[in-house]
Amino acid sequence: MPEIRVAARLLPVNGTGRLSTGWWGMLCLVATEGILFAYLIFSHGYLGAQAVGDWPPGGAPALALALPNTFLLLGSSIVLEIGLRRYETARAGSPLPALLVTAAMGGAFVLVQLKEWSNKPFSFDSNAYACSYFTLTGFHLAHVLAGLFALLVLAVWSWQGRLRRRPSLPLALGRIYWHFVDIVWLAVFTTIYLVPQQP
Amino acid sequence: MATIARNRLPDQEREKLRATWETAPGVYGWFATVDHKQIGIRYLVTSIVFLLIGGVEALVMRVQLAQPGMKLLAPEQYDQLFSLHGVTMIFLYALPVLSGFSNYLWPLMLGSRDMAFPRVNALSYWLYLLSGVFLYVGVPLGQAPNGGWFNYVPYTSREYDPGINIDIYALGLIFLGISTAVGSANFVVTLLRTRAPGMSINRMPILVWGTVTASAANLLAVPSVSLACLMLWLDRSFGAHFFEVSGHGQPLLWQHLFWAFGHPWVYALVLPAMGIVSDALPVFCRRPLVGYTAVALATVTTMVIGFGVWVHHMFATGLPAMAISFFSAASIIIAIPSAIAVFSWLATIWTGQPVFRTPFLFFAGFVILFVIGGVSGFMTASAALDWQLTDTYFVVAHLHYVLLGINLFPVVGGIYYWFPKMTGRMMGERLGRWSFWTMFIGFNIAFFPMHVVGLEGMPRRVYTYPADLGLGGWNLLISVGAFLFAAGILLFLVNLVLSLSRGAPAGPNPWDAPTLEWATSSPPPPHNFDIIPIVASRHPLWEDRLEEVEERSQLDRGYLLDVGRETIGTTPMDAEPNVILRMPGDSLLPLGLALCVTLLFLGLLAHAWVIAGLGLAGALGVLVAWLAPAPPVEAQKARIYA
Repeated sequence: MPEIRVAARLLPVNGTGRLSTGWWGMLCLVATEGILFAYLIFSHGYLGAQAVGDWPPGGAPALALALPNTFLLLGSSIVLEIGLRRYETARAGSPLPALLVTAAMGGAFVLVQLKEWSNKPFSFDSNAYACSYFTLTGFHLAHVLAGLFALLVLAVWSWQGRLRRRPSLPLALGRIYWHFVDIVWLAVFTTIYLVPQQP
Repeated sequence: MATIARNRLPDQEREKLRATWETAPGVYGWFATVDHKQIGIRYLVTSIVFLLIGGVEALVMRVQLAQPGMKLLAPEQYDQLFSLHGVTMIFLYALPVLSGFSNYLWPLMLGSRDMAFPRVNALSYWLYLLSGVFLYVGVPLGQAPNGGWFNYVPYTSREYDPGINIDIYALGLIFLGISTAVGSANFVVTLLRTRAPGMSINRMPILVWGTVTASAANLLAVPSVSLACLMLWLDRSFGAHFFEVSGHGQPLLWQHLFWAFGHPWVYALVLPAMGIVSDALPVFCRRPLVGYTAVALATVTTMVIGFGVWVHHMFATGLPAMAISFFSAASIIIAIPSAIAVFSWLATIWTGQPVFRTPFLFFAGFVILFVIGGVSGFMTASAALDWQLTDTYFVVAHLHYVLLGINLFPVVGGIYYWFPKMTGRMMGERLGRWSFWTMFIGFNIAFFPMHVVGLEGMPRRVYTYPADLGLGGWNLLISVGAFLFAAGILLFLVNLVLSLSRGAPAGPNPWDAPTLEWATSSPPPPHNFDIIPIVASRHPLWEDRLEEVEERSQLDRGYLLDVGRETIGTTPMDAEPNVILRMPGDSLLPLGLALCVTLLFLGLLAHAWVIAGLGLAGALGVLVAWLAPAPPVEAQKARIYA
C-alpha cells in the first residue's frame, strides 16, 4: 500500500535563471519584440528600395551624435553586466549602484537621441523616409524608456531589500531586457546610419 | 481504469488538494479565477458566440446574394458585413476556439496542474474578450470596419475611408495581437517546462505539437500585422506616408506585411485543429496514429514553409517573375507535409477498426474537406492559374473549404469528443449524427458551387451581380446550402444544451482513449491530478494492450506536492523533474491590466490622449504589482505518494 512520503532529493522552488518559468517567458517576449524590429527594418528597407530619388533624402545622416551615443548605450550594458555579476558572486553588496549608473547612461542616451531628432531638417509627416526614420528610432526609444522604467523599479526593489536572494530572478529579467534593447540598437543604427554611408 | 482505482489517494488528502486549488466562490472568483479549465471553457464559449455572430452576418449576405440585383443591403452595409464576417471568423473565432481547447486540455494532457503562467492565461482571455468587443464598438454607430478582413490600402486610407471604421480595425487588431502574443508565450513555456515527468517530446500528443507550433509562429508573425496596423493608423491620424503614394509611401507594403502575417496565421488556425484529429481519430479507429513522428515533423515543417508562401496572395500585383516563381514553388511544396498528415489519417482508418460515432464522422468529413480545399489551394499555387482565378468566387470556395473544413469540423468533432471530459456527460449520439450530416451536406451545397461560379467569372467582394451573368440559379443554391449548414450548427448547439442536463454520465474515460486527460475524473478536480503521473509512453492508458511498449506509466504513485499550489517543473527535452513550481492563486490583476489596456485603446481611438495616458499609466502600475518579487523560498524535498 503506498503512503505519503517525502522524496530524498532536494528540489528548488520556482528557481532562478533557466530553472524558472519567468526566464523562458522573457525569452518569448524578446523573440516577439525582436521580430517586430525585423519587420520595422524590413519596411524601412522596402520603402528605401522602392524609393524614387535620394534615400535618405538629402544624403546619409551624420554620425557625430549617433556614434558616441551608440558607445554610450553599449557601455551601459557593460556596466550593468559587470555590476550584476559582482553582486551575484557576492563581490558587491548591492546591485543598486550598477542599476542607477546604467539608468543614468540610458537616460543620457535618450536625451542625445531627442537632440538628434530635433536637429533633423524634416518632420514626421514630411515623407516616407521621415515616417520610417521616426517610427524605427521611436520604437527603439520607447523600448529604452521601458527598460529605464524596469531599471528604476528594480532599483526601488533593491533599495527596499526585496532582491536579496542571489541570483535574483527580477534582476536577471531586467538584465536580459536591457541587453536586448542595446543589441536591437545595433541593428537600428546599422540600418539608419551605416548602410547609407558612401565610402 | 483499473490502474487508477487501485491505489486511490485517501479522501482527506484529495480534499486538501481540492481546497488548495479551488477558485474562490462568487463574483470575486468569477473575475479572479486563473484555473485553466475555466479559462479554456470561457475561450470556447466566447469564440462560439463570435462564430454565431459571424454566421448570422454570412446568412444576411447570402440572402442579399441569393438572386441578382437584390436590394436588401446597401453597398456600404454589405461592405461592413463582409468585413465584420471575415474579421470575426478569422480573428475572433478560429484561433481563440483552438486556444480554448488547448487551454483546457494542455495541463490535462501534459499531466500538470495548470499552465506555466496561470495569470497570463487569464490576461490573454480578458484581452481577447475586450478586444473582440472593441472591434464591434462601431456597429451601433454604423461605423464598423469596412475594408475587408485584409483591409487593403489605399481603399482604407483616410482619403477614401474617412470614418472611424478603419481606425477601429487597426487598433482592434493591435489590441487582439497582445492577447495572442501573451497566450502564445504561455503555451510555449508551458510546453517547455510543465510536462509530466517522463513525457519527452516524442511522447506528446499531436494537439500539443500543433498548438506549440502555432504559438511559436504567432510570436513571430503577429508583430507584422500589428506593425502594419500601427502604420496605417499613423497614416490616417497623423498624416504619415507609409502607404500613401504622394509622400513616396508604398501601398504594396501593406500587403507584404499583412500576408507575411496572414499566411502563417492561416496555418496557426489549422495545425492545432489537425492535431485534434490526429489525437482523437485514432481513438475511434482503435489503434495508435500511423506515423506519429512523420505527422509531428510535418506539423513543424508546414509552419516553417508557411513563412515563405505569403506572396501567393499577391500574384496579381505585378511583382517580378522571380519572386512569383519562388513563392509559387514554396506554395506547391507545402502540399507535401499536408499530404503526409492526410495519408497518416487514411492509414489509421484503413488499418484500424473504425467505430462510427459522431466524432469519427466529423473527423472523417474533415479529411474529405481538407483534400478538396488542399487541391484547390494547390491549383491556385500555380501563378498562371491564379491569374485566372484571383478575386473570383473560386478563391472564396477554397478558403472556406480550408478554414471551415480544417478548423470548424475538427472543432465540432473535438467538442463532441471532449464534452464528456468537460461536463461529465455524453452528448446525444442521434442528434449528433443529424447535426453532422446536416452540416456536411449543407456545407458542400453552399461552398462547392462557388468553385463553379468562380470559374464562370463571378468576382468576389461584390454586393450584388447582374442577372445577365447567368449565375442566379447557382447563387440561390449556395444560399440554400448556407442555411442548411447553419441549421446543422443549430442542431449541434441544441444537442450541446440538452446534453448539459440530460446527457448520460460519462465516467473518466468513456471513449477508452489513451492519453492522460482521460486518467482523471470527468469533470476533473480543480487540481487535475491527485498525483502527478510519470509517463513512460505515448499512450499511458493503452500500455497493457500495446505489445511494443515494455515500460509502464505510473498514474497512482509519484509527486503529490500538496504544500500549497504546486506542480512539478521538468527539463525542456527529456522532462526530468528539476524544480517545484509554486503557482499563483486567484487574482484580479489580469482583469485590471486588461481594463487598463482597453482604456488605452479607447483613448487612442478617440484621440483622447489623457485617457490613453491614464490607461498606459494604469497598465504599468498593474505590471509592477504583478511582477513584484515574492519572498524567496528555500529548496524543498517534494512530497510524494509511493
